[in-house]
Amino acid sequence: MSDILLGARNVSKRFPGVLANNDVSVHLEKGRILALLGENGAGKSTLVNILFGMYRPDEGHVIIKGEKVDLRGPDDAISRGIGMVHQHFQLVPPMRVVENIVLGAEPIRRGLVDIAEARRRVVELSQGYGLEIDPDAVVEDLPVGMQQRVEILKALYRNADVLIMDEPTGVLTPQEADHLLGVLRELTQTGLGVVFITHKLREVLAVADDIVVLRNGEVVGQTTPDETTESGLAEMMVGRSVVLRVEKSVAEPGDVVLKVDKLSVEDDRGQVALNEVSFEVREGEILGVAGVEGNGQRELVEAVTGLRDLSSGAMKIGADEFTTGSVRQISEKGVAHIPEDREKHGVIGVYSLDENSVLNRYHRKPFSIRGLLRRDVIKRHAEGVVEEFDVRTPSTSVPVSSLSGGNKQKLIVGREFSDDIKLLIAAQPTRGIDIGAIEFIHRRILEQRDKGAAVLLVSAELDEILGLSDRIAVLYDGQIMDVVDAQEANREKIGLLMAGITD
Amino acid sequence: MSRSLLRTISIPVAAVVIGLLIGAVLIVTQDASPATAYKALLIGGAGDSDAILRTLQKATPLIFGGLAVAFAFKAGMFNIGGQGQLLVGAVFAAGVGFGIDGLPMVVHLPAALLAGAIAGAIWGGIAGGLKATTGAHEVIVTIMLNFVAGNLTDWLAANPWKDNSGSNIVARTPLVEDSAVIPTLGAVPVGFLLAVVTAAICWMVLERTTFGFEVKSVGHNRHAADYAGIRVGSIMAMTMAVSGLLAGLGGAVESLGVDGRFEAGVNVGLGFEGITIALLARANPLGVVPAALLVGLMEAGAARMQFKSGVAPELIDVIQALILFLVAAPIILRWILRMRHDSSEQVQLGAGWGKS
Repeated sequence: MSDILLGARNVSKRFPGVLANNDVSVHLEKGRILALLGENGAGKSTLVNILFGMYRPDEGHVIIKGEKVDLRGPDDAISRGIGMVHQHFQLVPPMRVVENIVLGAEPIRRGLVDIAEARRRVVELSQGYGLEIDPDAVVEDLPVGMQQRVEILKALYRNADVLIMDEPTGVLTPQEADHLLGVLRELTQTGLGVVFITHKLREVLAVADDIVVLRNGEVVGQTTPDETTESGLAEMMVGRSVVLRVEKSVAEPGDVVLKVDKLSVEDDRGQVALNEVSFEVREGEILGVAGVEGNGQRELVEAVTGLRDLSSGAMKIGADEFTTGSVRQISEKGVAHIPEDREKHGVIGVYSLDENSVLNRYHRKPFSIRGLLRRDVIKRHAEGVVEEFDVRTPSTSVPVSSLSGGNKQKLIVGREFSDDIKLLIAAQPTRGIDIGAIEFIHRRILEQRDKGAAVLLVSAELDEILGLSDRIAVLYDGQIMDVVDAQEANREKIGLLMAGITD
Repeated sequence: MSRSLLRTISIPVAAVVIGLLIGAVLIVTQDASPATAYKALLIGGAGDSDAILRTLQKATPLIFGGLAVAFAFKAGMFNIGGQGQLLVGAVFAAGVGFGIDGLPMVVHLPAALLAGAIAGAIWGGIAGGLKATTGAHEVIVTIMLNFVAGNLTDWLAANPWKDNSGSNIVARTPLVEDSAVIPTLGAVPVGFLLAVVTAAICWMVLERTTFGFEVKSVGHNRHAADYAGIRVGSIMAMTMAVSGLLAGLGGAVESLGVDGRFEAGVNVGLGFEGITIALLARANPLGVVPAALLVGLMEAGAARMQFKSGVAPELIDVIQALILFLVAAPIILRWILRMRHDSSEQVQLGAGWGKS
C-alpha cells in the first residue's frame, strides 16, 4: 500500500437524485499512467474531483502516498503533491507564461514578486522536464497545445508527484494529442504518476499502464492495454457491443443546394482566412471538410451561416443567391447549424432545456404567436426532442449547464433536426463527447443525408471525415487543396493534402 | 418551485436582517434603545394611513428606478443613468402637465406620463444606440448623460419653464394643472399602483414574450444569441430605451404625483437608489416591489425614529448601505465562481459587469 501515490478506497458520493460514485476503488502507483475511461456521466469527473479535494466523499476515503487523508480542498491536495490540469484551462490569457506558472505561489523578495527568480525557476523546470516553452510569451498568443503545457508546468512548479489530466486531448489536434501522450510517457520516467481521464480508446491503449473503466458511477472493469482491444473497452464503457464505424449506403446526390463561389473571408484580426474558395454541396451527399484546425474552417462555417461577413464572393442556397445574409435569413431557408463550440454558440447554460430547444426557433409558430411565447408548446417540443434524441436529463426544466457535453450535443442536434432540413452545416459535431453519443449523432447525420439534405461536415477528426463523407475537401491555409472522392481517399492521401502538399 | 424561491430570497432576507442587527449595534452606541428606535421606524413608516401614504410615495420612484436597472441587467447591461433618465422624465412630464390646460384628465394625465416615459426612453436609448453602433460602454455614456440631464433640466426649470408667479425665485416649474395630477385612493397613491402594474408588465415581457427571450439571451450569452439569429445590437439599444422609459416614468410620477411640479435639485439621488433596489431584488422585476417598499418604509419612518429615540436619520442610509453591501458581496463571489465553473445556479446580474 505504501507505493500507492494516489488512490480512492470504497468511495461513494451522492448528489441530489444521483449516485455519482458507488464504492469506487482505484489506485495509482509511482511512474505509471492510470487511465480512467467512461462515458460522460459515468462518474469520472466526480471521482477526480474527490481525489483533488473539490468534493468530500460521503463514504470511503482518499489515499495519498499510502496514507489515508481527509482533503479539505484543492489547496490541501496541491500541498500534498497533487496537480490537476482541467479540461478548460485555468490560465490568465493576457499574462505571460512565467506569470501564469508562478501565479499564487510567486517567489517573493523584499515584499515584491521576484520575477527574475520566477523566470529562472520556470526555465530550469521546463528544461529539466524537456517541456520547452518561451517563458515570456503571452498565453493568449500560444496555440492550445502550448497552453496545456503551461498548465502542466504550473502543476510541476508546485512540486506535483501526481498529475491529473481531465480530458486533455479533447481540445487538441491529432498531432498535438500524439505529442502530449509522448510527453506524459516521458514524465513518468521521473517517477511522476499520471491520472488520465478520457473516452478516446486509441489514446488509452497507446499510453496507459492501467485502465479502469467506470459506468454509472461504478468500476465495471480493470485491465491493461495488453489484455484488451478498442472494441473490448468500448463494450465495457457502454455495457453493450458498439459499432465503432457507422454503416452507410452509397450516396445518391441530387441538385446543388449550397454553391459557394470565390468566397473570401477575413478572420477576427482582419487577416485573410479564406481565399477565393469555391465548392458545391448537393442534395443527399455529405461533403467533408478536412484540415488541421485554424486553416479557415471556422470562418467558412461562420460565413455560410451568416455569422461572418464576406469580403468577396457569393453564395447560393437553393435558388437564392446572396452576398450578405443575416443568420436568421439563412436559417429560414432551411439551413440547420450544429456549431463548433456548443458552450459558446450552441446553448445558453442558464436556460432550461425547454428554452434551449427553441433557441433559434422561438420566434416561429407554433412556439410563439404575436410575440408571446407559448410555454406549453415549447415544453412539449423539448420533451419530444429529449425523447427522440435520447437526451439524459431528469426533466426539461433544469438548466442545460447541468447536462454532460454529450447530452448537450444531442439536444443541439435534436433541435437542429426538428425541422425539414435542406442544408446541414455540422461543425465538429462530436467533439468531446462519448462513444455512445458519437455513434448516435453519426447515424442521425446519415439519416438526414438519406432523407435528401445536403450536408457540409467540418471536422478535425480525420476518422469522422473518412467515415461519413461522400466527398472530401481539404482546406489548407484558407484554400481548398483538392476535393477527393471518399472512395479514393485514405489517411495518407488526405494527410498530405492537410499539410499543403500536392503532387 | 417554493424551494427555489426560498433559495432566491434567502440572500436578500439575510442581508436585511444582518443590516438591521448591525444598525442595532450602532443605535446602542448612540445610547438609544434599538427596540424603541425600530418600533418608531415601523410606526413612522406603516403605523397609520399617513405613514403608509408616505411609504408608498417614497417607494414609487424606487420601484421605477429599480425596474430600470433590473431590466438592463437582463441584457447584461448596467444602466447607471437612471438619475438622468428620471430627471428628463420628470421635467417633460411637468412641462406637459403645466403647459397645456383645458384637457380632461383621461387625456392630460396619460399624455404627461407618456411625455416623461418617452423622454426617459430617448435618454436611455442614446446610450444603447451608441453601444450598439460604436461599442461605447453604457456605463460611461449613461454617467455622462446624467450630467447633461442635470444641467438641461436645471436650465429648463430656471429659464423657459420657470414659475414666475408671485415672488418665486426658485428654479422650478409652475404647478401642473389639476387634470395632470396623479390622484390617491385613500392611503394609496395611484402612482404606486402604476408602479406595481409596471413591475408585473416587466416580468411578463421578460418571461413570456419573444422580446424578453431575446433580451435575456443577449444578457446570458451574446454569442449564442448571435447564433440564434438575434440582432444583438438592436436588442441592446432597445433594452436601454426600455430601461430609460421605466426611469423616466418614475420621474413623471414624482412630478405629477408627489411634488406637483418639477423643481431643480429635488429628485437628486433618486435614480441611483434604483441600483440598490435592483440588487436587493436580484434583478427580478417582482422582487423590486418588496425591495422598494422596504427601503421606502425606512425612509418614511426615519423622521419619527429620530424624534422618538434621538437616533440620527442618517442611520437609515448606513443600514441601506450595509444591506447593499451584503447583497452585493455574495453576488461578487458567485460571479467569480461562475467564471470558473459556470455553475447552474446563477445570478442574473453577472453578465454586464466588467465586460466591454
